[in-house]
Amino acid sequence: MSINALTQTWYMTQRQLTAVLRQPAYVVMMLIQPAIWLFLFGNLFKEVVELGGFGTTSYLDYLVPGIVVMSALSSNMWAGMGTLEEIERGTLNRFLTTPVGRGALMNANVVQQALTTAVQSLLIILLGKLGGADYPGGAAGLLVLVVAASLLGTVFGAFSNALGMLVRQRESIIGINTFLLLPLTFLSSAFMAPSQMPGWMRTIADYNPLNWAMVAGRSAMSDNPDWSVVLTRSGALLALAVTAVWLSIRTFRAYQRSV
Amino acid sequence: MSTRAPAVQARQLIKTYPGEVTALSGMDLTVEAGTVFGLLGPNGAGKSTTVKILTTLARPDSGTATVAGHDVLRHPDRVRRAIGVVAQKSGADPVATGRENLQLQGRLYGLKGAALRRRVDELLARFHLTDAAGRQVKGYSGGMQRRLDVALGLVHRPEVLFLDEPTTGLDPEARTAMWDEIARLAGDEGLTILLTTHYLEEADRLAGHIAIVDRGRVVVEGTPDALKGELRGDAVHVELRHPVGEAGRTLLTGALTALPGVYEALLDGRRISVRAEDGAAAVPALLAALERAGVAVSAATVARPSLDDVYLRYAGRRYGEAEAAAAVSAGGSDDLALTGGTR
Repeated sequence: MSINALTQTWYMTQRQLTAVLRQPAYVVMMLIQPAIWLFLFGNLFKEVVELGGFGTTSYLDYLVPGIVVMSALSSNMWAGMGTLEEIERGTLNRFLTTPVGRGALMNANVVQQALTTAVQSLLIILLGKLGGADYPGGAAGLLVLVVAASLLGTVFGAFSNALGMLVRQRESIIGINTFLLLPLTFLSSAFMAPSQMPGWMRTIADYNPLNWAMVAGRSAMSDNPDWSVVLTRSGALLALAVTAVWLSIRTFRAYQRSV
Repeated sequence: MSTRAPAVQARQLIKTYPGEVTALSGMDLTVEAGTVFGLLGPNGAGKSTTVKILTTLARPDSGTATVAGHDVLRHPDRVRRAIGVVAQKSGADPVATGRENLQLQGRLYGLKGAALRRRVDELLARFHLTDAAGRQVKGYSGGMQRRLDVALGLVHRPEVLFLDEPTTGLDPEARTAMWDEIARLAGDEGLTILLTTHYLEEADRLAGHIAIVDRGRVVVEGTPDALKGELRGDAVHVELRHPVGEAGRTLLTGALTALPGVYEALLDGRRISVRAEDGAAAVPALLAALERAGVAVSAATVARPSLDDVYLRYAGRRYGEAEAAAAVSAGGSDDLALTGGTR
């Protein structure tokens, strides 16, 4: 049974990955956007490191984890659109009348999103390196950043899927995403060191999952990682991801009742 | 041959969607194994909901159903292995090729390796898709997509195949081709087909047995010939120049049914449908009676009874009328809204 479930998950993941690769426009956008952010913000805020509190003398070093996490958010929060399209096209119903496990259908979404996010993160890290960023924490630090970004992507991907299945309206997804993207990004340490933020903003950032991923990544990537910070933030992200996936599986059942 | 247990059996299925849309109000259905069964009715009559329940997609509020001998509520997995489903909407993956769609579908049923490859090749050839097998489905024509959908439903050689509105949205040429295909499928050994359609002609042509569905339940069933035969005599349709008011209606139908050789007269709007022992012989008397009543006639035709007449007889309204009503009340239920939208 579990072997079977794994094989099925793999078949369904393969299908989704193929679909991603066959939409070159999507792949290109996924890379161009972070590149633009890196370039724009990297130049715009170049001098802010002199204010102190960034833990580095190169703003690009500080910016890369921020862009990685921000991109993980912005590419996963649209997952619900794909789910909605599959519902409208009848693809989801087709699979639901086959013996494929319901878990496999949902897990395929999660695995595909996590893999895509990991690849996207690695490419941004590479772009940063080409731009002259330095990663003193080495491979372990980068791994933490990629895992944290993928977990964050899973959280928002699962929420987006749940939203797509519940409201079944593109407008709602677009509305909620545009509402969330910028506040979530700017109420985090993506561009500015926490010590330079107003106190109230720092407090909010402490509760922002985006910030957890950035803090965990940055700490692990520094030359002197604070592993307790890394573990608590990653643990919180993992817990949130599990909750979000569980929730999306619940809405999956709600969807079936409404068919 | 008929010693096999029924392929589909549904008892008193009831389903109400949120927003008080009653989709099924006591659906009873028995489909004998190895037959082509047509579920005929206007949009919104409950056909798609019935199919969704029988294919384990939706759960009824109450009632029971078995498919291929398995209970749809207690053993949905067994049902899923035994059925093939061709839903109203394509459901094929547009960015995957025809071959990839079929391969994945086969894998989900446990086919692999050479057996899978053989089966996929066989289906591609059978549905004239071999040349297009390596192309992404989004470039397929409507007819090609529909053929792929049927092929997807057949990958694992199901016992029961559900075809939900298989020709809706196809152009006449593709529709005729699909009809030929379904007729050939019916010859397949042991395959039972449950077909839903809102085309009278399609049901008449393909199904050996028909159930007419109206407002969430079966109003009558039988072979197309038996159903038409039950309507004794001929149908005479009279078009009126002006609609008859509510008051004149009873009076007029009363006067018409009093004529010798006339069994029944139904008036709706500007149209009178009369069943008469001998249609041609009844026409002069009918026209005379209408003239006496001061009703102007624009046309009169005599026809052998059609399924449209059967529908009118048992559902109490004309087919087109029911369709229009369904289009107006569409909304709430996915089923209604979507079929309404594709028209």
